[in-house]
Amino acid sequence: MRLKTLALASAALFAVNVGAQAQQTPVKLGILTTLSTPGGYLGEDVRDAILLAIEEEGGKLGGVPVQTLIEDDKLKPADAKQIVEKWLETDKVKLFTGVIFSNVSVATVPTVLEAGGIFISPNAGPSNFAGKACHKNYYVTSWQNDNLHESAGALARKLGYKKMVLLAPNYQAGKDALTGFKRIYGGEVVEEIFTGLDQTDFSAEIARVRAAKPDAVFQFHPGGPGIAFVKQWAQSGLKDQIPMVVAAPSLEQKIAAVTGEAAIGIAATTHWNTDFKNPESEAFVKGFKAKYNREPTVYASQGYDTAKLIGAALKATGGKLDDDAFRAAMLKADARLTRGPFKFNNNQHPIQDWYEVKAVKGADGKVSLATAGKVLEAHKDAYAQDCKL
Amino acid sequence: MQLLFEQLLNGLQLSLTLFLLAAGLTLVFGIMGVINLAHGSLYMLGAYAGALAASKIGGFWLAVPAALIAAGLIGVAMELLVIRSLYARDHLSQVLATFGLILFFNGVIAWGVGRAPLQMDMPALLSGFLEIAPGLPYPTYRLAVMGVGVVVALGLWYVIARTRLGMLIRAGSDKREMVSALGVDIASLFTLVFGLGALLAGLAGVMVGPIRSVQIGMGEQVLITTFVVIVVGGIGSIRGAFVGALLIGMCDTLGRAFAPMVLKLWLSGPLADGLGAALASIMIYLVMALVLIVRPRGLFPAGG
Repeated sequence: MRLKTLALASAALFAVNVGAQAQQTPVKLGILTTLSTPGGYLGEDVRDAILLAIEEEGGKLGGVPVQTLIEDDKLKPADAKQIVEKWLETDKVKLFTGVIFSNVSVATVPTVLEAGGIFISPNAGPSNFAGKACHKNYYVTSWQNDNLHESAGALARKLGYKKMVLLAPNYQAGKDALTGFKRIYGGEVVEEIFTGLDQTDFSAEIARVRAAKPDAVFQFHPGGPGIAFVKQWAQSGLKDQIPMVVAAPSLEQKIAAVTGEAAIGIAATTHWNTDFKNPESEAFVKGFKAKYNREPTVYASQGYDTAKLIGAALKATGGKLDDDAFRAAMLKADARLTRGPFKFNNNQHPIQDWYEVKAVKGADGKVSLATAGKVLEAHKDAYAQDCKL
Repeated sequence: MQLLFEQLLNGLQLSLTLFLLAAGLTLVFGIMGVINLAHGSLYMLGAYAGALAASKIGGFWLAVPAALIAAGLIGVAMELLVIRSLYARDHLSQVLATFGLILFFNGVIAWGVGRAPLQMDMPALLSGFLEIAPGLPYPTYRLAVMGVGVVVALGLWYVIARTRLGMLIRAGSDKREMVSALGVDIASLFTLVFGLGALLAGLAGVMVGPIRSVQIGMGEQVLITTFVVIVVGGIGSIRGAFVGALLIGMCDTLGRAFAPMVLKLWLSGPLADGLGAALASIMIYLVMALVLIVRPRGLFPAGG
C-alpha cells in the first residue's frame, strides 16, 4: 500500500517536473541565511520576505520560475562555507543571497565568486569587499556597514549634541561602527566604551556613562544585546537625562516592540520603515502581515527589495545568468523598491536616502517607529572611490 | 567613590544571578556526575514560560510561578527521560546527549513561539529607581533581584546544612556508593536534586527576563560563565558556587568598569579603551586560571 502511494507520488512529481521543464528550467536561488542563534529572527525575516515576493508572482521572479534552496548558516562561517561549496558543486547553484552577518559573508563571498557565482547580499555589507576588493559579481542591496553609523552620526550632528559617549562591542563591526559614526558626527567624543560580544548585562558600562556626563550617547548593539541595553538604560534612570542616538540595527521595528516604553524617545536612523508612504511599501507591509501574521522588520524589507532587484534583472535577461548580461540588467536596478529611490554605486553598493525615526506609542498602546524626516540624501559609502569597477 | 559603590552593587547583582544558575549546575555535576549542558536551556525555558504567562494571561507576578512550575516540571521530565540513562555513561555521551537537548529545546521554541525575541515588562511596583545615595539612583528591580538572590542563597544554605535532605545531598556528593548502600533511594534523590536545579535556573531566567532579552540561545550565553563559576568554586559545593559567583561576578563587573580607566594612567585614550575592554573580557578566565594553579580542585570542592 505504502509502496503504491510512493509510486503514485513520484509519478505525480515527475509529471510536475516534466511540465515545468517544458515551460522553462527554473533559476536556482541559494538562500544562505541565519535562522538559529539569537540572530535567527533577522534571517527568518529576510527569508520570509524573499519567499513572499516569489509567491506573489506565483513561484516566479521577473516572470522567470525560481527554485529556492534554503539553509541555516548557524552564524558559523565554517558551516556556511561548506553549504555554499555543496550548492556550487552538487546543486549547480549560481545565484546566492540571504547572508545576514558580515563574518559569514567574509567567509563565503570569495568561494562563490571564485567559482563564478553571483552573490547578492541583502544585509551584510562589510568594508572588505566595498573598496579595492570589489567584484563584478558581488552586490549589496542593503547598505555598506558604515552607512548605518554615518547616518546616526549625521543625526547626532543635526540634533546639535556637542559631547558624546560611544559604545560598541569589541570586534571589527563594533570598531567600524564607531569609525562610521565619527566620520560625519564631528563633535567631541568624551569616551569610547567597548563591550563584550554577546554581553547582555550593561550595568557597569551604564554607570561609566553616568559618570562621564555627556550631552548624548550613541550605542551599537544589534539584536538581543541591543534589547538588553535599551531596557537597562531606561531602568537606570538615565533615559530622561541623556538622549540616545542609534542606527537601525540597534532599534528596528522588533526591538521597539519588544522593549516597549523603554524605547520611547530614542532617535534612530534607517533606510526603510513600516510607515513609508509609497505603494510598494504599503503593499509589502500588508502582504507580509497577511501571510506571516507579524510586523515586518527593516530586514524583511531588505529581503523583499533584494528579490525585486533580482526579479528585474532576470526579467531583462529572460532568466539567463550569463555574467555580463545579468550584470548590466542588475546595475540598472529597474525595480520599484519599498524604500523608494535606489541606485547602485560603482562598487555595486547602494546609493540611497537615510531617515530619522522615533519610537512612539500608538493608539493601541504598542510601541512602534515613526519616520521623522530625512537625514542624508543619496548617500554613498566611503570605499567606492577605491573600487576600480 | 560613588562610582565605585555603584559598580560594587552592579557586581553583586550579577553575582547573585550567576549563583542561582551555578547552584543547580554544581549540584547536578557534583552529586550525579553529569555534565548538563542543557542547564542553560532550563534558564531559557523559565524566561519563556514567564514571558508567555505575563503577556498571554497577565502580569509579572504570574510569570514567576509559571516559570518555576515550567522549569521544575521540564527538569524532572528531563531527568526521568534522558539524564537517568546517562549516569553510568562517560562524560562524552553526557555532553552529546545534553547538547542534543539544547538543540531540541531551541527547535521547540523556534517552532512553537517563533524566533523573534519576546517582550517582558517588569512589574510597575519595581519599575522605577531608588535614590540609594544622594544623586545616585539605582534600579529598584535590580535591588529586588539581589534580594531574591540573597533569600535563595540563605534558603539553600539552610536546606543543605540543616535538613535531612541536605544531609543526603552532601553525603551523595561526597560518597555516592555509600549513600545508596545505606538504603537511600538514590534514584528519587537524583530526580529531586535535578528538579531543584531546574527550578533555580528557571527562577534566574524569569528574573532576568525584564532586564535582558528573552530569546533563543540566551541559555548558551550564560552557560560558559556558569561553568567558570562552578570550576572556581569547586564542583559539587553550594558554598563554592556562592563564593565563585561572587568572585566571578565582581571581577567581570569591576574589570569592565575600571580596566580602561586604570590603563589610562599609562596609555593614550583610544588604546586604553580597546585594551581595557579586551582585558575585561578575559578577566574571569585569568581568575579561573589563577585559582586552579593554587587550588586545582577549586576553592571549596565537595568531599575535599
